[in-house]
Amino acid sequence: MRIVEKTQLMTATEIDRTLQRLAHEIVEKSGGTANLALIGIRRRGVPLAQRIARAMRGIDGVDVPVGTLDITLYRDDLSKVAAQPVLQSSDIPFPVDDKDLVVVDDVLYTGRTIRAAMNGLFDLGRPKRVRLCVLIERGHRELPIEASFVGRGVQTSDTEIIEVRLNEVDHEERVVLVERVP
Amino acid sequence: MPFRFGHMLEIEPLSAEEILFLLDQSKPFQEIQRHPLKKMATLRGKTVALAFFEPSTRTRISFATAASRLGADQMNLQAESSSLKKGESLLDTVRTLDAMKPDCIVMRHSSSGAPHFVARNLNLPVINAGDGTHEHPTQALLDALTIRDRRGTLEGLNVTILGDILHSRVARSNIHLLTKFGCRITLCGPAMWIPREIENIAGAGASIRRVTRIEDALQDADVVMTLRVQQERLHEPAMAADEYILQFQLTPARLRLAKPDALVLHPGPMIRGLEIDPAVADGPQSCVLDQVTNGLAVRMALLFLMVGADTSSERDSSHAAD
Repeated sequence: MRIVEKTQLMTATEIDRTLQRLAHEIVEKSGGTANLALIGIRRRGVPLAQRIARAMRGIDGVDVPVGTLDITLYRDDLSKVAAQPVLQSSDIPFPVDDKDLVVVDDVLYTGRTIRAAMNGLFDLGRPKRVRLCVLIERGHRELPIEASFVGRGVQTSDTEIIEVRLNEVDHEERVVLVERVP
Repeated sequence: MPFRFGHMLEIEPLSAEEILFLLDQSKPFQEIQRHPLKKMATLRGKTVALAFFEPSTRTRISFATAASRLGADQMNLQAESSSLKKGESLLDTVRTLDAMKPDCIVMRHSSSGAPHFVARNLNLPVINAGDGTHEHPTQALLDALTIRDRRGTLEGLNVTILGDILHSRVARSNIHLLTKFGCRITLCGPAMWIPREIENIAGAGASIRRVTRIEDALQDADVVMTLRVQQERLHEPAMAADEYILQFQLTPARLRLAKPDALVLHPGPMIRGLEIDPAVADGPQSCVLDQVTNGLAVRMALLFLMVGADTSSERDSSHAAD
């Protein structure tokens, strides 16, 4: 099986502009940044959450706390994963009780990652509210989960894959649509 | 680079990289011990058989708690109530357990090599929770995790092990593990418990020395491991408990001979006033309770790695978590 790049969905500038807009939108819909905290899902949700927090500092002058969450232990498909998953540390250096949390991830697809993330978060306490922010929303949900903040919606087929490539992880900065060709 | 562990029988054949991988994979499980909700569903539907053919409290509770927190069910076999008492062979007993379809067997046995025998005969991951005087791999891993957390590294430390080395599987596993990281091991205790052959168990190049006087053994130590004096063994050949205390008890005065920030470890159960002075056991250098908590983390990591992922299914899942 080969993986072929079909189109580029976002350039570095577009990613940046979209994150700025998402930061504004979160601040606006939350009535400010008080009580707000961001949770980046490993791996690519983490740099995205950090960038949104940086943009929020520009808007409100406040440092919104950012935590990172590794969802491996909460996945429902562990026994179907061929390669041994490597656990990463989660690092949420603030109590989540009564916090207004925004979970940040790169792509919203089946919704299973977000289901796992919520299980992980609720093991830490009882947040006041949990919302979801994604850079790309691509449909094909298998669970009743929706994002409150969406960078861009993209129509995709099942054989297509969206790859968000970020400097911090991939040493390049763009979003591409690729396809598996048998 | 992830490693696969089919069984966990002994530390001896593991590489330093494999050991570091296991310690790194234990870190997320240390965090979980601090969560308000410690129970997960990661191994839901899996069963861990705990087969303890030798009495054990702390190791059995630790493995049982580790399995519970990962959401796995347990089958319990204990020496006192086991059919071994009625004359059943080891192989028949574990085959019976296996027929109830566990996903992993954790076993302790008074005979060295018993878990290896079971691993050869059953198609099931086996974790050695202590076999005779051979090895106790999870104890060495939790000790290493404790030392690395406090010291930042395992490399090149001076480690002094005090007590009955001859009968100690904890000492053997620790010697194997720590010499892989260039630690210099000093063994000290009554002469009949420190056989000369032990200097060679970790192969050429490993630094292992035997010292008779505890004062010499503690000089410059970064880590002091005290082993339990198995009182039942004090009589073969005879050494009075008073004599042992006089010569080998780890006291505050003696501990001052080690480095000022030397760590004190004890695998438990600890007999205060015999091998260790209560002031040392409760002192700031003591890591005994960290060891217990880290034991849970290490055992959760092992169960997760050995039971969590299915090795049989090979399919592309690089995007399964999208």
